[in-house]
Amino acid sequence: MTENSKRPVFLNLARIHLPVTAVVSFLHRITGILLFLLIPALVYLLDYSLASEQQYNEVVDWFDNRAIRYGLLILIWGFAHHYFAGIRFLLLDLDIGIELASSRVGAWIVVVAGVVMLFLGAYLLL
Amino acid sequence: MSRRSYGLRAWVLQRLSAVYMGLFLIFLLFHFIVDAPQSYGDWHGWLAGSFISIASALFFLALMIHAWVGVRDVIMDYVNSTASRFILLSSVALVLVACSLWVVRILFEVA
Repeated sequence: MTENSKRPVFLNLARIHLPVTAVVSFLHRITGILLFLLIPALVYLLDYSLASEQQYNEVVDWFDNRAIRYGLLILIWGFAHHYFAGIRFLLLDLDIGIELASSRVGAWIVVVAGVVMLFLGAYLLL
Repeated sequence: MSRRSYGLRAWVLQRLSAVYMGLFLIFLLFHFIVDAPQSYGDWHGWLAGSFISIASALFFLALMIHAWVGVRDVIMDYVNSTASRFILLSSVALVLVACSLWVVRILFEVA
């Protein structure tokens, strides 16, 4: 740890090439953090929607709002990615898809699945 | 405080909670596709049933455990000072435990 100042630094994001597996894993972590931050809001929404008929209707109306629906789409994508990337990790735990070629295929499947969910959500919500 | 970070136990809990939540969410999705609540009565009534109530409580318990392991991993990876780690981990634990108790309260009030 004493030679830190001599280590090369390369932070040109435009030229850093990460394999798809790394991107999937990185996004899994980021979406996880995002979902964690939303837990209190989620519980609050549950509480509010169950408190009374009027409040339930308020929640339903709130979700009719276009801006809220766009936000919800981001959430849907984030959750879908975390979910599918998670399944991929569980399979990797069982040594399924652990060779380089198949792990790349698995990673691409996760990416596509997340995007499919995003489009599905957009179709249903917008 | 013990310096063991309970690695294996955390890993198993994270996977188990993930599997339970994964299955519960498929069940939830099916329910909302086939029999979505149309009113407050539907929504309230559905969550009042004992099976759904317990399964949902378990879902949230699994969520808190899963989130704890995940966030703890992230904090351990990026936060290096012991004091910051301690403060952050304690805060996260407090929030998660509080949310768990809140959910139990909500589901109890519905039943």
